[in-house]
Parts: sequence; structure tokens; C-alpha cells
Amino acid sequence: MKKFLALVLAALMVFAFVACNGTGKDNNGASNASDTSDTSDTSDTTEKATLIMATNAAFPPYEYKEGESFAGIDVEIAGKIAEKLGMTLEIKDVEFGSIIGGVQTGKFDIGMAGMTVTDERLKSVNFSDSYATGIQVVIVKADSEIKSLDDLKGDGSMKFGVQQDTTGDIYASDTIENGGYGKDNVVRYKTGADAVQALKTGKVDAVIIDNEPAKSFVKANEGLSILDGDWVKENYAIAIAKENTELLEKVNGALKELIADGTVKAIIDKYIPAE
Amino acid sequence: MKQTLAKLGEKFMLCFVDEGYWKWLVEGFRNSLIITFFAILLGFAFGILLATVRSSYDKNEETLKLRGGPGYWILRLFNAVCKIYITIVRGVPVVVQLMIWYFVILVSQDNGVVVAIVAFGFNSAAYVAEIFRGGIMSVDEGQFEAGRSLGFGYVRTMVNIVIPQAVKTVLPTLLNEVIALLKETSVAGYVGIMDLTKAGDLIRGRTFEAFMPLIAVAIIYLVTVVILTAVFTAVERRLRRSER
Repeated sequence: MKKFLALVLAALMVFAFVACNGTGKDNNGASNASDTSDTSDTSDTTEKATLIMATNAAFPPYEYKEGESFAGIDVEIAGKIAEKLGMTLEIKDVEFGSIIGGVQTGKFDIGMAGMTVTDERLKSVNFSDSYATGIQVVIVKADSEIKSLDDLKGDGSMKFGVQQDTTGDIYASDTIENGGYGKDNVVRYKTGADAVQALKTGKVDAVIIDNEPAKSFVKANEGLSILDGDWVKENYAIAIAKENTELLEKVNGALKELIADGTVKAIIDKYIPAE
Repeated sequence: MKQTLAKLGEKFMLCFVDEGYWKWLVEGFRNSLIITFFAILLGFAFGILLATVRSSYDKNEETLKLRGGPGYWILRLFNAVCKIYITIVRGVPVVVQLMIWYFVILVSQDNGVVVAIVAFGFNSAAYVAEIFRGGIMSVDEGQFEAGRSLGFGYVRTMVNIVIPQAVKTVLPTLLNEVIALLKETSVAGYVGIMDLTKAGDLIRGRTFEAFMPLIAVAIIYLVTVVILTAVFTAVERRLRRSER
């Protein structure tokens, strides 16, 4: 009797172990709405059927959390790309600064977080073709002394709030000769929302941030305004590991089709209504 | 082997030397130390105050109640206030407390380091208070009674006899609190303060290298803690001499 029990228990344990392993691989993709696995044609897929996308879901309208799942321009475009490749999209919400490192080590397949192509980043990863243009703007308090982009100075008289590790941070932290404001005058927050909160409470004098989230923030908070003009203009692209040229080609192919048939534009227009 | 070393050296240069990022580590470390040091001072001062109220109540509750009068009620009220304070501070994560101080309470203070000192100091006070109270209560009642029968008043008995013995008991636990506080300051980056962890984070965000900055930051914390421990051990040994 005892032996039988032991056998049953052992069998149960093995079964549980196998079951765990199985769910770990298959069910993670359920985190996102776009369920594409049934439409896949298998000849076009790589061995693994999930496309892991790393993002920082605190950057509306490009990516943000909606209830339990994710929404936004990047999320939808990634969903369409995964669909084209016959893969299931799985989204990982990580800190912005950890995205490129994770893509580089193969933890994530692609990194998509309103990410601009910079020389520094190109040293570590490859980028796909650009799918959207980003504009960085400056938010100030409506009653601020700062009336135009020319009023911004890196002489220590004003502090600039940014989201840590974004291009806004990197450009603003540069020396004055290189068009920045000096790294000591930049205050780096974990999210854009924190930077805006700091602006509201007067802890910083201006916030440098992408145009679209800037609009959302200004709309949601009274007494803030966006300075006229672009602080900097940049191209958003998808980060892919340097070794993974196969995926890069596929993603570029899918992007080309999606841009050609107007899907990308439709998604962007859906989130950013034309003015 | 040689190749790996060369690669490591290259990464070291990239992470710390080429762009002068080591200066961030220095600045971050300095801020971490400043925050820890002043937060400890504030925490000890305020914590001892809390502990005094709490332990006076615990020790004198019954005698005061028998004596009657307003003294009992006043002490009871103070004790209740301290208890509520300790409950709240110990029940809310320190990151959340820090953000509340930064974004809600000290809105007009734009020096983040000052806000951090206040936040971590008042947070630490609650723990220090309970550590000290435990120490005072652990001194044998006979010591207190002996002091009183020798003609010392309550305060003199406490200051000259009970508290010195209590301090000796709680020293190891206090060291623990100092170490914990030093490491807790690593969340200061949440409100834009450049502390040691944040410095490492920034290097990581710019070089996309995880290994070098993280290990460097870890080593700096570790060495600091080892030094702190050595200092406290020396003090402890010095205090124990009187026992012989």
C-alpha cells in the first residue's frame, strides 16, 4: 500500500513538473489581446511561436496599461507585426532603461517603447526602419517666466525634469556646447508623469518630453502649457539584437507592408487625432 | 583569458572612464552618505523621544493610575499619539512615504536631498523608538528599584542607571538599523535624487551595460557596510570593558 502511494505521488510530481513547464511556454502570450496563433502560416515562423516585446507602459499614447492588458500605438503595431510573422505577441512591462540591455542579451526579442535611434543605442542593438516620428517638446507652467524655447538656459537658474534614460534625458544632460543644459541641471524621474508632477509642484521649471504624452499631460493638468516649436525631432524604431538579423529582416518586411497598406497610419490616427 | 580580460577592461573604460561617468558614482555615493548620516541623526533624536514617552508609559502606567490626577491621562494621550505614529510609519513602504513627502507634504522644498533626509529620518525614528523601548524594558526591574532605594529620583535613575545599560543592549540592533537605512536610501532615485543606485542606473541606461555599473554599486555598498560594522564592533567592545 505504502509503495503504491509513493508511486502515485511520484507520478503526480512528475506530471505537475511537466505541466508547469508547459504552461510557462504557452500561456504567457495571453497577456495581450492580439491572439494571432490560429491565423499563422507555419512556413513563415521561427521555431518559437512567441514574439517577446519589451516596453515601458507609462508613455501614452504609445504604450500604456488599460486594465489588465496593454494598449497604445506601439502595442497595436507590434500586434500587427506578430500577426504577419505568425507569432503570438507577449508584452513585458519593464523600466525604460532596461529595455535595450534585455534585447541585447536576448531576454526580449524586440524593444518598442517610443524609442529613438541614437548613436549610443546603435552601438548595442540594431534598429528596424522607423514607423513613427516623434517630436520632443517642453512643458512649462502656464504662468512661467519661460515663454519660448530660447528662454531655456543651462546656467543653473532653471531645472529640467525628464524621464530617466529617454532621449530627452540624454540630450538635455549633454554639455551646453553640444546643445544640452549640463547634467547637473537635469532631474531624472522614473516616469514622465512624475516629472510632470514635479513641474506642477515647482520642483523643476520645465519638462522635456515627447509631444504626444505631453499633450495628454497638459490636458489632464490645469495650469500647464507646451512651448511653441519642436525641441527636437526624431524617428521611432524597433530595437532588435545585433545577432538576430533574421528577425530584423522579417520585422522590416512586415513594417514595409503595414506602412504600404495604411495600417500603421490608421493606428497612429486612432490614437492621435489630427488637429 | 587574455581576450576576456581585455574585453572587461574595455567595458570598464566605457562604463566609468570614457565619458566621466565615475563622477556620477562619486556624487551618488556622497549623496547616499549625506542622506544616511542626517537621517540617522534625525531618526535617533526623534526615535529616542518617542521611546521615552512609550517606555515611561509602560513603566509608570500602574503607579500613575493609582495616584490619579491629570498626569496619567496626559501620558496616556502622548503614548497613544506615539503608537499611532509608529503604526503608520511602519505600515507604509518607505518608497511610498518618500513620494508622499516629496510630492504632497514638502511641496515647496525643491532640494531632493533634504526631502529624503526628512522622509528617511522620520521613517527610521519609528524603528529606533521600538528598539530603544525594547532596550529600556529589558533592563532588570531590580536595577531601577535599587536606584530608587538609593535615593535617586525617577529621571536620575533612568539617565544614570537604566539607559546606559539599555544602550549597550541595543547597540547591535541599532547597527542593523543604520545598515538597513543606508540600503533603503537606494530608492531615493524615485524622486529624482542622484544617489548611488541611481548613478549606477544612469550609467546602465546610457551604456546598456548591466554588469559593470551594478557590480560597482554593489561593491561600494558592501564596503561601506563592512566599515560601518567594524566601527560599531569597536564601540561595542569598548563599552563592554566596564563589565569586567
